[in-house]
Amino acid sequence: MFKFHYRLERSALGLVGFIILVASIGGFIEIAPLFTIDETVEEAQDMRVYTPLEVAGRNIFIREGCYACHSQMIRTLRDEVDRYGPYSLAVESQYDHPQLWGSKRTGPDLARLGNKYSDAWHTTHLNNPRDLVPQSKMPAYRWLLRDQLRTDDLGQHLATLRTVGVPYTDDQIANATQDAYGQANPDSPEAGGVAERYGDATNIRPFDGQTDKLTDMDALVAYLQVLGNLTNAAHETQTAEVE
Amino acid sequence: MFSDFSRDERTFAFIILGGLVVAGLAMAIAGRGDILGTHGWMVFGLSLIALFGAIRQADRPEPSPERLLEYYDAPTRVGLVLTLIWGVIGMAAGFWVAALLAWPDMTFDVAWLSWGRLRPIHTSGVIFGFGGNALIATSFHVLQRTTRARLPDALSPWFVLLGYNLFCIIAASGYLMGLTQSKEYAEPEWYADIWLVVVWVVYFAIYMRTLARRKEPHIYVANWYYMAFILVVAILHIVNNLAVPVSFGSAKSYSLFAGVQDAMTQWWYGHNAVAFFLTAGFLGMMYYYLPKRANRPIFSYRMSIISFWGITFMYMWAGSHHLHYTALPHWVQTLGMAFSVVLLVPSWASAGNALLTLNGAWHKVRDDAVLRFMALAAIFYGITTFEGSFMAIRAVNSLSHYTDWTIGHVHAGALGWVAMITFGSLYSLVPSMFKRERIYSNTLVEVHFWLALAGTVIYVFAMWNSGVIQGLMWRTYDESGTLTYSFLDSLEAMHPYYIVRAFGGLLFLLGALTALFNVIMTIRMPAKVQPDTGMDLPAEPALQAGE
Repeated sequence: MFKFHYRLERSALGLVGFIILVASIGGFIEIAPLFTIDETVEEAQDMRVYTPLEVAGRNIFIREGCYACHSQMIRTLRDEVDRYGPYSLAVESQYDHPQLWGSKRTGPDLARLGNKYSDAWHTTHLNNPRDLVPQSKMPAYRWLLRDQLRTDDLGQHLATLRTVGVPYTDDQIANATQDAYGQANPDSPEAGGVAERYGDATNIRPFDGQTDKLTDMDALVAYLQVLGNLTNAAHETQTAEVE
Repeated sequence: MFSDFSRDERTFAFIILGGLVVAGLAMAIAGRGDILGTHGWMVFGLSLIALFGAIRQADRPEPSPERLLEYYDAPTRVGLVLTLIWGVIGMAAGFWVAALLAWPDMTFDVAWLSWGRLRPIHTSGVIFGFGGNALIATSFHVLQRTTRARLPDALSPWFVLLGYNLFCIIAASGYLMGLTQSKEYAEPEWYADIWLVVVWVVYFAIYMRTLARRKEPHIYVANWYYMAFILVVAILHIVNNLAVPVSFGSAKSYSLFAGVQDAMTQWWYGHNAVAFFLTAGFLGMMYYYLPKRANRPIFSYRMSIISFWGITFMYMWAGSHHLHYTALPHWVQTLGMAFSVVLLVPSWASAGNALLTLNGAWHKVRDDAVLRFMALAAIFYGITTFEGSFMAIRAVNSLSHYTDWTIGHVHAGALGWVAMITFGSLYSLVPSMFKRERIYSNTLVEVHFWLALAGTVIYVFAMWNSGVIQGLMWRTYDESGTLTYSFLDSLEAMHPYYIVRAFGGLLFLLGALTALFNVIMTIRMPAKVQPDTGMDLPAEPALQAGE
């Protein structure tokens, strides 16, 4: 072995080839089967896609780096299930490009945050967390209520997501901008198509409490309120396990 | 810089800079009203300044052919200074985000001052700015000395160094504007990623072209590590960053992967960024500068072979230990855990090889703070790899994951190992690179050493404590079978540790500032009176560049 190496280290190309070969094995064996083994991701008939407003909110979540302090992955441990709810299933992040499982909980896990608090609570909390939770270490995101949400390119965003594998329809892509407005303005004419295109379970509410303009806050709260609610699969499988 | 270029190289430099000006303008036009446009103007402005600077120097006399009798160290010199500047930026950002966790109201209603946007400035600033520049600068130096051949040309090392720093600037300014892919340690968006691939290909070509002209039949072990660093980082970077941009006028892209496959790809990347960026490259540094400074041969050639191939093979399996108890299939978690534990063998073989090399030179470790930096780095490398293998065990991970323990572990490695070996190598390299008699002040090196050690120990102990407390509070049940502590209880318990951690980080930052001052003062000292007497020269006869 050492004799072989004595020869190998005299050849630059030999070393390059060997390094690539040796380093490729592990990743290939661990990653490739995840795309081919069917059990990797569960089936969930009721799985919904994010609405355009929720996609925009998710991008704000990413923009502000929220994922660095908040995980979205409840592990299969008793205390986590007791604290946060049913453990996360692979199917729940099936359409998350990229996933936001996170690696650190400076703040609590958010995988089942949706509809746990009111919209008003979220708006106040994001505007200044210490108004509601004096001990909080979260920054105050005051600009979210001030900044107008950009919606003109949401159709392009949905079309790109379809390219990477999210099943958006032509109808959804064509109406992305008006659906974003409609979801946060339930009394507007644009609101009608949202439930039709994204399902009756969709939250259609004035998320930030003001209807005169669509803000970054509307989008982010819409996203936070759908976390854990895209499918009921986790609740169903885990109730079945208990019984 | 420009006076080192031959006529052909000057023409190439004009073409490259002209191309960048055009590319910047194209980005600015295509990305109007988008961050892509802002970055376009930045690329346009920076390359235009560089182009004007180049034009002003274009008619300087061509360099004399005698330059080919010497090594080409100018990029290394600039790289060493850039290393320290990025180090100070990255560590200052680290100190600031640590302070924000203790006093969160210091965001002052300014979006780019918020924690989530500054945190990647810290991580990318130290990993890519500080670490990357250190690796590029030292690799050029080590490559030439261990092959006894001059770099193949003068243009491409500058392209790599400056192109890489352009990547770092694009990345950091993007974070402040809220531009991130959200993949940890792979935050820069698609166009920055593509640019890095271009830079990296040239970097690899420099390595191969120099090796092809080497005067030593054997390729020295330090170069194996630098090559593994270059090659594997390229593989990881390309695969993990596969994404589809929203449009060519948009900075935003969507990852090709989703959910569980994306998580596995991300942590395959993330853990091996640790392995091949923060370990392999710096082991290359250690294998050259530590024996050189101690004036002792490497203890065991065979141990270095075993550890090199062990690390190259096994690290690539270990990423899934970041995903224990998650929705990742159990078999992948188990594989990751098993390989992580076995990884201790090659890791300790490296650390042991370094420490045993110091046998017979321990009196130098006592007297010489520069060598002490490197010895301490090897010790921290041993400690951190043991801790890493331990934390990868599923049961331990159930406690440590998501807590500050992980942060403590990372910093034991980043401060104790990566930064210490970098500072040690840098101090031993600066006087000879700038042709100075000695470093400006040995006392300041000594001061830096103790600041760095104290800062690391305070930081790591604070995070170990807070992490374990956090993990235990989250899983404590009372007699009635309900959770004892709310999340807020655990958050409040962290407060004192966050203050202590910020203090530890401040000490480490002060050390880096000391180093920057010391190096600047060294550069300002008069040059050595006696020139070198052919000790540090390429093998004769020197080959013509480009051959």
